[in-house]
Amino acid sequence: MMLLLEAWTFILEHPARFGQALYTHVVLSAAALGTAAAIAIPLGIVVADRARGALLAVNAANIGRTLPSLAVLALVMPVLGTGFAPSWFALTLLALPPILINTCAGMREVDADVVDAARGMGMSAREIVFRIKLPLALPVLFAGVRTAAVQVVSGAVLASYIGGGGLGDFITAGIAMMAVPQLLVGAIPATLLSLGTDFLFGRIQRRLTPIGLRT
Amino acid sequence: MITLDGLTKQYPGTAQPAVDHISLTIPKGEVCVLIGPSGCGKTTTMRLINRLIEPSGGTIELQGRDVTHMDAVELRRGIGYVIQQVGLFPHLTIAENIATVPRLLGWDAARTDKRIDELLELVALEPVTYRDRYPRDLSGGQKQRVGVARALAADPPVMLMDEPFGAIDPITRTRLQDEFQRIQARLKKTVVFVTHDLDEAIRMGDRIAILREGRVVQYDTPEAILARPANAFVEEFVGQDRALKRLSLYTVESRMGPVASVADDAPRLRADTTLRDALSALLGARSELALVLDPSGAALGTLRLEDVHAAAAGR
Repeated sequence: MMLLLEAWTFILEHPARFGQALYTHVVLSAAALGTAAAIAIPLGIVVADRARGALLAVNAANIGRTLPSLAVLALVMPVLGTGFAPSWFALTLLALPPILINTCAGMREVDADVVDAARGMGMSAREIVFRIKLPLALPVLFAGVRTAAVQVVSGAVLASYIGGGGLGDFITAGIAMMAVPQLLVGAIPATLLSLGTDFLFGRIQRRLTPIGLRT
Repeated sequence: MITLDGLTKQYPGTAQPAVDHISLTIPKGEVCVLIGPSGCGKTTTMRLINRLIEPSGGTIELQGRDVTHMDAVELRRGIGYVIQQVGLFPHLTIAENIATVPRLLGWDAARTDKRIDELLELVALEPVTYRDRYPRDLSGGQKQRVGVARALAADPPVMLMDEPFGAIDPITRTRLQDEFQRIQARLKKTVVFVTHDLDEAIRMGDRIAILREGRVVQYDTPEAILARPANAFVEEFVGQDRALKRLSLYTVESRMGPVASVADDAPRLRADTTLRDALSALLGARSELALVLDPSGAALGTLRLEDVHAAAAGR
């Protein structure tokens, strides 16, 4: 309890530092998630129709998924150096697999009879993707975005190790100086941010589920 | 009119073509049933017509135009398409499902809206109740009614129907068959209807093409197929009970004689009863004679067991 109070006092005493760290954390996460989504969703849509492409993409993504977040950051550093950009890059890599896998799965899971009916009625390949497959795949697709978002927000704590800033700065400093209150200043908001992200994206996911599919 | 000439589909790496030089002419406004054992090529033949499958050889003409030279997407928008699993779009309302082809064709909202109501009424679903529902709220039979309405939306002259009533319980199936016949009598579409159920083929078809291993074994009216099977395969396919099946083609009205006095316990039949059901009634009552009544109960004529015999024998 004492520690929490001390942590709270620390925030009140350093509002600018805390605000900056929180801001960097959110911007870094949002940038990484946005970039990953912009790459993985179109890629997933394109490869979903090709059996071999989908297999390749999903396997590659699964390998990417097994890499520890810290290892990804460490591997990026020698190439891109330190700061915001390499952290952004590394976190984007972290966010790609779940979005790609779920986009692919969502598109491929659409009932074959529904697609056959759409083709048979004269929808073009493009119309089938945008009017039928994508709306039906959206809940699964967005579940991937949600997973990625939580991973990125959690993973962003590690950006501190390569100078990316964010709430991880308080944790690394807290560990280095054996200052538990300062460690908590990073750890507790980071945890709340992850939980909040999961909750928020869960709400969005429900909103994106077509009414005809809601349970 | 649909004309298939030497239509062939050979999949790479297979010894036998799935569809082997099929030539058929389907007159305008008629229902042509494709039937045969599984793997006979009936569904493949149907899917070649709207080019969901591209042929390896032969030609398909639709109202005098060679479909292989048309844009496939454009072609399909002009052909109604109904499948066994219905394939309604689960994220769209019933109205939106029916509006699919009109929207693809760029109809304005007012015209599409009016058409949706017309079609729901045509398939006996109350528009006010069903327009805004989603497919998951509907029973199997209701889904297929919507499937038929959706296929008819842009008033295509040709309909392709792949076992449309195959996944529906027998009682509902009979009702849907009756309703489709009523709709067809009004709209006079040129229909290619795939089924594996001979009773359905006899009920629905103006002509039946019996397929085996990708070839047409016999293409004829239901009466002719039942009376004169072309070979042993057809004879076996139509079954031992083909005399009974023939009887289901005729109504009592078409075979009855003038009114005569009958015993009190003789069966009373409606004029639109099939001879098959009439025979059942005669046998059940151990009677040689039945009285035919109109809906108000007035006598129209009498049906003798001999009349039934004559019809079964094709006389």
